[in-house]
Amino acid sequence: MIPEDICNLIKARFPDAIEATVLDAARPYVQIKAESLVEVATFLRDDPSLRFNLLRSISSIDLLADNKLACAYDMMHVPTENRGDLLTTTRSFALRVVTDRDDPVIPSLAGVWRAADWHEREAFDLMGIRFSDHPDLRRILCPDDWVGHPLRKDYEFPLEYHGIPATTEYGLTNPRH
Amino acid sequence: MSWIENRFEEGLIVTSLDWAINWGRSNSIWPMTFGLACCAIEMMAAGASRFDMDRFGAGAFRATPRQSDLMIVAGTVTYKMASRVKRLYNQMPEPKYVMAMGACTIGGGPYFKHGYHVVKGVDLIVPVDIYVPGCPPRPEALLEGLMRLQDKIRRQTRAKSPMTKLKKTALA
Amino acid sequence: MAETTFESTPDLLLDHDRVEQGDLQTEELLVNMGPQHPSTHGVLRIVLRTDGEMVLEAEPHIGYLHRCAEKIGESVQPYQYIPYTDRMDYIAGMNNNQAFAIAIERLCGVEVPERAKRIRVIMAELNRIASHLVALGTYGLDMGAFTPFTWCFREREMILDLFEAACGARLTYSYITVGGVHDDLPDGWVERCEEFLDFFEPKIVDYNNLLSFNHIFVKRTATVGVITAEDALAFGLTGAALRATGVRWDLRKVTPYDGYEDYDFDIPIGQDGGIDGVPRGVVTGDCWSRYYVRILEMTQSVRIMRQALKRLEEGPIEAKKVKGIKLPADEVYVEIENPRGQLGFYVQGDGSAIPARVKARGPSFCNLAITSHTCRDILLADVPAIIGSLDVVLGEVDR
Repeated sequence: MIPEDICNLIKARFPDAIEATVLDAARPYVQIKAESLVEVATFLRDDPSLRFNLLRSISSIDLLADNKLACAYDMMHVPTENRGDLLTTTRSFALRVVTDRDDPVIPSLAGVWRAADWHEREAFDLMGIRFSDHPDLRRILCPDDWVGHPLRKDYEFPLEYHGIPATTEYGLTNPRH
Repeated sequence: MSWIENRFEEGLIVTSLDWAINWGRSNSIWPMTFGLACCAIEMMAAGASRFDMDRFGAGAFRATPRQSDLMIVAGTVTYKMASRVKRLYNQMPEPKYVMAMGACTIGGGPYFKHGYHVVKGVDLIVPVDIYVPGCPPRPEALLEGLMRLQDKIRRQTRAKSPMTKLKKTALA
Repeated sequence: MAETTFESTPDLLLDHDRVEQGDLQTEELLVNMGPQHPSTHGVLRIVLRTDGEMVLEAEPHIGYLHRCAEKIGESVQPYQYIPYTDRMDYIAGMNNNQAFAIAIERLCGVEVPERAKRIRVIMAELNRIASHLVALGTYGLDMGAFTPFTWCFREREMILDLFEAACGARLTYSYITVGGVHDDLPDGWVERCEEFLDFFEPKIVDYNNLLSFNHIFVKRTATVGVITAEDALAFGLTGAALRATGVRWDLRKVTPYDGYEDYDFDIPIGQDGGIDGVPRGVVTGDCWSRYYVRILEMTQSVRIMRQALKRLEEGPIEAKKVKGIKLPADEVYVEIENPRGQLGFYVQGDGSAIPARVKARGPSFCNLAITSHTCRDILLADVPAIIGSLDVVLGEVDR
């Protein structure tokens, strides 16, 4: 099933959910509205012709130029009937949700795929996106009292943490940006 | 042994005792199983079949700091881990030694520039006796570091240090 | 190997009421396991809510080895980032190099020469064996058996010698680079590799005799930590952990990369005990299945390598003009089959030589997420058994 068909299925079911489509790229994806994310994700998971049962990854993206943050969801179908046979048919798809940089809120998908739980906690920790209705939204990699969200492009590196000095090369606090 | 430390001048008894104690200590260094990252795999390899750290009496990896003499900090120390490293060090009984294994523990290594969460050297947290460079150091390098630590232990003395004598004369 | 039989394992799990009804009074207690604990395979910390010997709840706390890999990815060029992928999953450096190299190649449309693909497959499969050997050895240690550790590391050293001959490093190779491999194989390497395979293949039988069918080991791991295929997929489990649940799923077959479609190999899966030499009492998806899938995978890796070594032909090993390549303003998400599962790289370019965003999907990260679901109402001694059978590498969990 090519990405265009999947896109058309979503379009038929949720006519106003799609904001933009990128279908002929190396990684085709559909950009959807944040408020309809849970419905679309549930549809992608449960529709008998799609059944995307494996959430591969949630990648948070900083779009500093547009003052936006985005989340990219990559999913895959793993056939579960006749599971003892060698499975070689698959399809994959990707969604993208763009949210405001100053108040980034995206509905959580932890209720759709349980794998989303930790991925969303990671996105919250490193990018500062808040996922509404997440069961347990805490920092996952950095300590609880860490300041800032490191993967944002305008992140300032810490100069010390609990009395331990931190330096970067030539005293720069932010090496690239 | 603490009652004997720094009480007597250097003499036949003290130096003989030093020799015996240092011989025992240097040949039965018990490291703590404290693997942090990649270097831990090389530390395991050093303890396993081919390199066999036990030849130097240092193969008895202890799972608790209370029973170990040597903390091999094998791998990147992060800020989240830093307080735990310090706590483990404080739990070890005297005499205790720390070996900084690998570039990350020596000075941040490849994570020095962009690693916002990496401590730039474990010597900012605990005192370090031996630095073993490499990313990760080969098991041979770790064994070399261990032998240098043995040298260091063998040079220890229970006698009054000449420095204290000097200080006393200076004060008088 | 004689057929080993076990009478069906009695229900080891005491149900909760029985503990309370006896003369034993227990109360809830929070136990902190790790970050410095011999059986957490690194710096994993698990907070266990226990009641006597029972674990009611387990919550993993990660991040003690968070080394900012994704921030570094968007600060350096892809060529410079390859060494950092080594340090992500430090037991399977080759596979990680390969994943990132393929991601950049797909993004930039770089064609890899045939010989480089073959070398990549050989190296990836060698590293898969090395990684599984570490998994088996340390799992034996967790279960109280020391000998498998020394045996596994003996063979692993031989693999590391081969790596060292090819690229000079024992653990962090940076050998598979964007566009091919870094160096050509030295003279006599292929023969040495074949010698090793001949030596190694019978050793797998030894591991089976020593550990896999050991009565105590089977008792400790069979029916412990059973994961169903549905749960596994919902939590995003991949690799041996997913295959042990009975799903014959492997990206090397499903979406072949680097010429895996040319090779003939099977995908082993976990199955119930009683047939095919699997001890009675084993259930699909338990700790023993996860362990045994790795043993079977090593045999398949040997098979793939023999074919690849045979087809190795002279030719260039690196595509031209890849250093300092400009990344197009596009994005790509590539997953390959790492020894631990599906390792994914999301790379976004912005027209410059430095990626705008690099995201790594660590298979260990996703596999570990199921811990709190599986470690519920089990015995305390089963927690190391479950964690060890998932075979997580904390460098990849925390990245």
